[in-house]
Amino acid sequence: MFDFNIVTTWIDMFLRQTLGLGDFLSILIECILVGVGILVGYAMLAIVLIFMERKVCAYFQCRLGPMRVGPWGVFQVFADVLKMLIKEIFFVDKADKLLYLVAPFLVIVASVGTFSFLPWNNGAVVLDFNVGIFLLTAVSSIGVVGIFMAGWGSNNKYGVVSAMRGAVQLISYEMSLGLCLITAVILTGTMQVSGIVEAQTGPWNWLIFRGHIPAVIAFVVFLVAGNAEANRGPFDLAEAESELTAGYHTEYSGMGFGFYYLAEYLNLFVISGIATTVFLGGWAPVNIGIDAFDSVMNYIPGIVWFLGKAFAVVWLLMWVRWTFPRLRIDQILTLEWKYLMPLCLLNLVLMTIIVAFGWHF
Amino acid sequence: MKLNNIVFDKSSFAAEMAKLKNAGNFDYLVTIVGEDFGEEGLGCIYILENTDTNERVSVKMIAEKIGEDHVIPTVYNLWKSADLLEREVYDFFGIKFLGHPDMRRLYLRSDFNGYPFRKDFDADPKKNPLLLTDEPQSDYTVEYNLDSEGRLTSTPHRLFDDDDFVVNIGPQHPSTHGVLRLQTILNGETVKKIYPHFGYIHRGIEKMCESYTYPQTLALTDRMDYLSAMMNRHALCGVIEEAMGIELSDRILYIRTIMDELQRLDSHLLYIGCCAQDLGALTAFLYSMRDREHVLNCMEETTGGRLIQNYYRIGGLQDDIDVNFVANVKALCNYIKPYFQEYMDVFGNNVIMQKRFMNVGFLSKEDAVSYGVTGASGRTSGWHNDIRKNHPYALYDKVEFDEITNEMCDSYGRYLIRIEEMKQSVRIIEQLIDNIPAGDFYIKQKPIIKVPEGQWYFSCEGSRGEIGVYLDSKGDKSPYRLKFRPMGLNHVAAMDQMMRGQKVADIITAGAALDFVIPDIDR
Repeated sequence: MFDFNIVTTWIDMFLRQTLGLGDFLSILIECILVGVGILVGYAMLAIVLIFMERKVCAYFQCRLGPMRVGPWGVFQVFADVLKMLIKEIFFVDKADKLLYLVAPFLVIVASVGTFSFLPWNNGAVVLDFNVGIFLLTAVSSIGVVGIFMAGWGSNNKYGVVSAMRGAVQLISYEMSLGLCLITAVILTGTMQVSGIVEAQTGPWNWLIFRGHIPAVIAFVVFLVAGNAEANRGPFDLAEAESELTAGYHTEYSGMGFGFYYLAEYLNLFVISGIATTVFLGGWAPVNIGIDAFDSVMNYIPGIVWFLGKAFAVVWLLMWVRWTFPRLRIDQILTLEWKYLMPLCLLNLVLMTIIVAFGWHF
Repeated sequence: MKLNNIVFDKSSFAAEMAKLKNAGNFDYLVTIVGEDFGEEGLGCIYILENTDTNERVSVKMIAEKIGEDHVIPTVYNLWKSADLLEREVYDFFGIKFLGHPDMRRLYLRSDFNGYPFRKDFDADPKKNPLLLTDEPQSDYTVEYNLDSEGRLTSTPHRLFDDDDFVVNIGPQHPSTHGVLRLQTILNGETVKKIYPHFGYIHRGIEKMCESYTYPQTLALTDRMDYLSAMMNRHALCGVIEEAMGIELSDRILYIRTIMDELQRLDSHLLYIGCCAQDLGALTAFLYSMRDREHVLNCMEETTGGRLIQNYYRIGGLQDDIDVNFVANVKALCNYIKPYFQEYMDVFGNNVIMQKRFMNVGFLSKEDAVSYGVTGASGRTSGWHNDIRKNHPYALYDKVEFDEITNEMCDSYGRYLIRIEEMKQSVRIIEQLIDNIPAGDFYIKQKPIIKVPEGQWYFSCEGSRGEIGVYLDSKGDKSPYRLKFRPMGLNHVAAMDQMMRGQKVADIITAGAALDFVIPDIDR
C-alpha cells in the first residue's frame, strides 16, 4: 500500500532542510497546511453530500431532483452555498446574544473536530492519539452544547422544546455509540485510530468479519445510534420540521443556519467514516487471501477504499432517512435505554468473552 | 329536507332539549344555525339526528331579550360539539349562551365592534377599521348566567395559570394544514390543554352569500374545503334544487356521483400523503401525490380545474363531460387499484408509523357522536355516519358500496378507513362509468332564480365528513340566510379531549389523521 508518510515527510524535510526553517516555523506552516486541507476537504465533502442527498432522495421519491443549474443540476449546490453566504444574518429580539452567536460555532467545531480524526489513507491521519477513540467521542459531544445553546438562546418556544429533545437524545445515544466503539477496541486492543485500521489489513481482517456475531451487532447498533447522533431521520426529533418548524435553528439565517446545515451533512459523513474505520477496515482494501486478487486490490489507493466504503454507508443511512417516518421522543428514549443500551452492554460482555477465549478469527 | 321546526317554550327549553337527547336519542347535534329572524328577533335553529334511526329534527329557539342582551340557555352540557358552535353564534349574532363556560369570539378579532350577521349591522369601515395592531389577548374568558332576579351576571374563568408553558402551534406552522392556531399548554412534552383559535382565513362567505344571487353564491363553495370542492357545491346546488323542486336527469346524477367520488379519491390520496409528510416520511408523501396527479388530470379535462372545481350549477352541470372522460376514468381505475397496497407497504405497514398512530387521538363512539366528528374520522369509532347511506342523494341509493367502519377509535383506524374508502370510491366509479345514460346535462332554469319561501337543510358526504347547507329563503333572488356546516370544526373541537396527556408530537399526527382543512372551518 502507498504510505502517505512519504509525502508528509518530504514536506517536513523541504521546510526544515531546504528552506532551513526552525522547529516553530516549520510546525506552524505544517499546521496551517493541514488545517487548510481539512477545511477544504470539509467544504468539498459538504457540497458533494448535499448534492448526493438531493439526488438520492429524488430517486427514492420518483423525482429527478435538481436538474436546471448546470448539467444534471451539478451546480445547484454551489448556487445554494453562494446564496447562503450572501444572506443577511439578523438577530432575534430578546435573544441571548452570546449563546445565540456562539452556538453555531460550537456545532461546527465539534463537527470539524471529529472530522479530523478520520484516517484517509495509510499514514494520512491528522489527529492520531493513543486515546483516539475516546477523544473522538469527547469532541463530538461538544455539538450537544451547541444545539442546546441555540435552542435556549434564540428565545423561541419551539427552540426550547427542540433543545431539550436534542440534548436528551444526543446524550442518550452517545452511550451506545461509545459502547459499540469500545466493543471494537476490545478486539483490536488499541484506541489509536491508525492502530485500529492497521489491525484490519490483511485477508478477512476487517473487524466485522473478525469479530463475527458481536461485531455485526455492534455495527448495526452503531449505525442506529450514529443516525440518532447525526440528528437525521427517523431520529430528526430536534429538527422535526413538521412539529417544531425547524427546531433549534428556526431563528438562524444566513451562515448561522449554514453552519448547522453543513454540520448535519458532515456529521453524517463522520458517522459513516467512523463506522468504516472501526468496522469496515478504513482504508484497508478487500483482501481475500488469494495473492493475485489481493495485490490487484492493493494497487487501488487507500483513500479510494476509504471514501468508497464511507459513501456506501452514507448511502445506506440516506436510504433509511428517506424511508422511515419519524419516531416520537418517548419512543426514541425507550429504544435507547430499554433496548440498545442493554444490548450493547451484553454485546460488550460477549465480545470480551470471545476475545478472552480467542474465539474470533 | 324542508325544516319543520319544533318550538319550545323559553322556560322549558333546556329540559326539552335534554329530553330530546336522552329519551329521543337525538345524540348527534348536526349544527346550530344562528339567524336574525327579523321581527321575531335573534335565534337559533338546532338540527339534531337520532343516530339509530337517522331521523332528523330541527328545533327553533328565539333568544330571550334581557336589556340589550340576547340569551339562550346552553346545550353544551348535552352535546360537546355545542362548545364551538355556540361560540360561533355568539361571535356572529351576539347571542349569549347561559352557562357556557367559554364565551369568547371564535372567528373575529376580540376587539371587533358589533355582530356582523345581524340584519341591522352597520358595515361602515370606520366602525371596524383595518387594524395593524396585534389582537388583544386575555388570560380570562367569561361565563354568563342569570341570577335569581333574572339579571345577567358574568363570571370570569382563567384560561392559563402563571407557570403554564404555552406554545402556539400555528397560525404559521407547516403541519396545521392552513392557518389554524392551537394554543397548547405543555408540561414538558405532554399536552395539558388545547385552545383552538380560528378565523385567520375567515372571509365571511355566509355573509357574502346574503347579498349574492343564487348562481353567484356557487362560486364561493370551492374556496371553502378545496379538497372537497365538488361535494361542497353538490350540497349547495342540492339544497337550492330541492327547495325549487327541480328534477334532474339521470345523466346529471351519474356524472355528479362520479365526480364526487373522483374528488374523494383526490382528497384521500392527499390525506395519506399528508399523514406521511407530518411524520417526516417525505417519500410516502410523494408516492401518493404522484397518483393524485392522475385523478386531477381526469377531472381537469372536463371541469377545467384541478383544485378549484366549478362544475355543478343549479339545475345540472356547467358543461357536458369531455369526450375522453369515460376512457380516462377507466384507465385511472385500472391504474390506481394496485397502488393501494403500495401505500400500505411503503407507509401504512411500517412499524414506526403504527407506533406513532396506534392509540393516538383516541375518541370513543360516544364522544365522536357528541362532538359530531363525522366522516372517516368518526367512522373509526364505529359510528355509522355516512350520509351516502343514511340520507342518500344523487345515485348513492342505486350503487353498491360498503360503508367502511371499524372500532379502532385511533389515528391508525382513521388511516385504514381512508385506504378502504378509496377502494369503495373506485368500486362506485366502475359501476357507473360504463352506463352514463344519454340526456341533458343541464335543466334549463329561469334567468333569475328565486327560491320559494321556507327553510331547507341538505347535506352531502364530503371528503372529511358531512358538508351541510342550511338555506332560509324569503322568496327573493338571494338567500336570507345561508349556513354551511363545516366538516372540520367538530374535528378540531374534539382535539382538546383527544390530546390531553399525549405528547406534543401527537398533536401533529392526530391532526393529520383527523383530516381538516382550515378554509372549510373558517369559511
